[in-house]
Amino acid sequence: MAPIDPAATLSREAPRIAAADARLPRQAGVGLKPQHFTAFLGMASRPGFFEVHAENFLVDGGPLPHHLARLRETSALSLHGVGLSLGGLDPLDGGHLQSLRSLVARYQPAEFSEHLAWSSHQGRFLNDLLPVPYDNDALLRVSAHLDHLQNALGRSVLLENPATYVEFSQSTYSEEDFISEVVRRSGCGLLLDVNNAYVSGTNHGRDLHAYLSALPLAAVRQVHLAGFHRDVDSLGFPLLVDHHGSPVDEAVWELYGWVLRRLGPLPTLIEWDNDVPPLPRLLEEAGRAQSLMAGLARNRSVADGRA
Amino acid sequence: MAALEEWPAALLDPARPAPLGLETWNGSDPAHRFGIYRNNVLVSLVDSLADTFPVVAALVGDEFFRAMAGEFVRANLPTSPILYRYGADLPRFLTAFPPAGSLPYLADVARLEFACVRALHAAEGATLPAETLERLLRTPGLLPGLRVRFDPAFLLLSSRYAIVSIWSAHQERGTLGGVDPLIPEHAWIQRHGHAVRVQSVGHGEMEFSAALLRGETLHSAADAAHDAEPGFNFSAGLVALLERRVIVGFVGPSASESP
Repeated sequence: MAPIDPAATLSREAPRIAAADARLPRQAGVGLKPQHFTAFLGMASRPGFFEVHAENFLVDGGPLPHHLARLRETSALSLHGVGLSLGGLDPLDGGHLQSLRSLVARYQPAEFSEHLAWSSHQGRFLNDLLPVPYDNDALLRVSAHLDHLQNALGRSVLLENPATYVEFSQSTYSEEDFISEVVRRSGCGLLLDVNNAYVSGTNHGRDLHAYLSALPLAAVRQVHLAGFHRDVDSLGFPLLVDHHGSPVDEAVWELYGWVLRRLGPLPTLIEWDNDVPPLPRLLEEAGRAQSLMAGLARNRSVADGRA
Repeated sequence: MAALEEWPAALLDPARPAPLGLETWNGSDPAHRFGIYRNNVLVSLVDSLADTFPVVAALVGDEFFRAMAGEFVRANLPTSPILYRYGADLPRFLTAFPPAGSLPYLADVARLEFACVRALHAAEGATLPAETLERLLRTPGLLPGLRVRFDPAFLLLSSRYAIVSIWSAHQERGTLGGVDPLIPEHAWIQRHGHAVRVQSVGHGEMEFSAALLRGETLHSAADAAHDAEPGFNFSAGLVALLERRVIVGFVGPSASESP
């Protein structure tokens, strides 16, 4: 593979480069927040990769593109879309797709991901990841939207499993079967959000290991970990709310360990978007994910040594 | 499919029933769970407005701001997922929002805050080449016929109220003490390094820069400035713009680049 010229990578007119399909490192990464730009730029040993919300960086100039470009010179990047509304009834917004295409061309992220959710209706944006009924109409719609997106970006994208609070009586697929079918039809990869799996699993009384085992795990190219908020439903059962505003719960760390034992180390992002803590606390969470992956590698080599 | 079409109205209006066709695994009330989505939509969009309009929020207090912003959100959902652009219509909403009537300057403070966000994220401008300036100084007779190109992050705002003083009082170490809100102020808004700078300028400077921004020549812009403020000094006005590095180029009379 030819070496990457960072200047060419970051120029707006940069041609597609060989790095476009490079994978994220199988290490822990963190969500990048503007208040941490300077600290990261001065840091000798940064997290394995950064992730940003694509829509936050769809600006024309100023500090956001400046700092992201500088960090991108030496760090791997994942772009996470939060506004395409892949599960919505509207066709994908062509102007927005074009903007995302420019963003991807500019920053050459290792991955672009979006959600199995909807957020826009008749051109109005609701700014939440709303649930999709799992029926044939939605299957065709989401698959077609993913095709549209992947053609526009010229790459395979990742689809993230959702955190949901209600289910639809019209659903004819389980969530895991629906995701499997979408992945099979579109050829997209899976962004396995372990917190979302735990939140939805709790909220809908699912067997978590059975749910995860039924997902297309071979397609997982990235993992998300985040914190949730505990509430209760009208009958007093636990109702977990995905809010990205607290540490990763112990139960989610445990489930993450289970995933690692099945799949080996994976690029793992700590998402902390609200009440963002001081950087050392954020890095501590990333360090824990990194240690779990390292412990896994040690156990494997010990097992190999014995064999 | 019909189910999803009911969602937006039900999300925005808590008086409406939850959409039909929702289920829960344990027979708990789906409407109660739907409330989480209602809350997410409203709170996240109100938070987004609070990020863009911190001075407006400080002027009216958090509780008032969140109630006001909630009304705005219900009537004006974003049309784009790029949320830094959300709230362009908030100033107009504020002028027609009776509970805020006792703060007549609120809408213009909101305009200033929205302009600051625009300036922060505006495209990069070029730097005026030093040799362009040197050439202009050698041939000052050409100046009156020239037009200027401004940095995209340079914005102007005039108000009947003391919006710059009010805004500044809410920045670090600022204070509202002694600010008379009823004194008209004119603002130059620009990006400086990675931050936005807001400066109060005289009526003449404002008319001068506004005419230039409209594409008028330096001569005609100076006339406009003199009309507004008879004591306006052309050289000082031009130097003020040059010193702030908001002029990125000069355009000659034949619309070609600078001489």
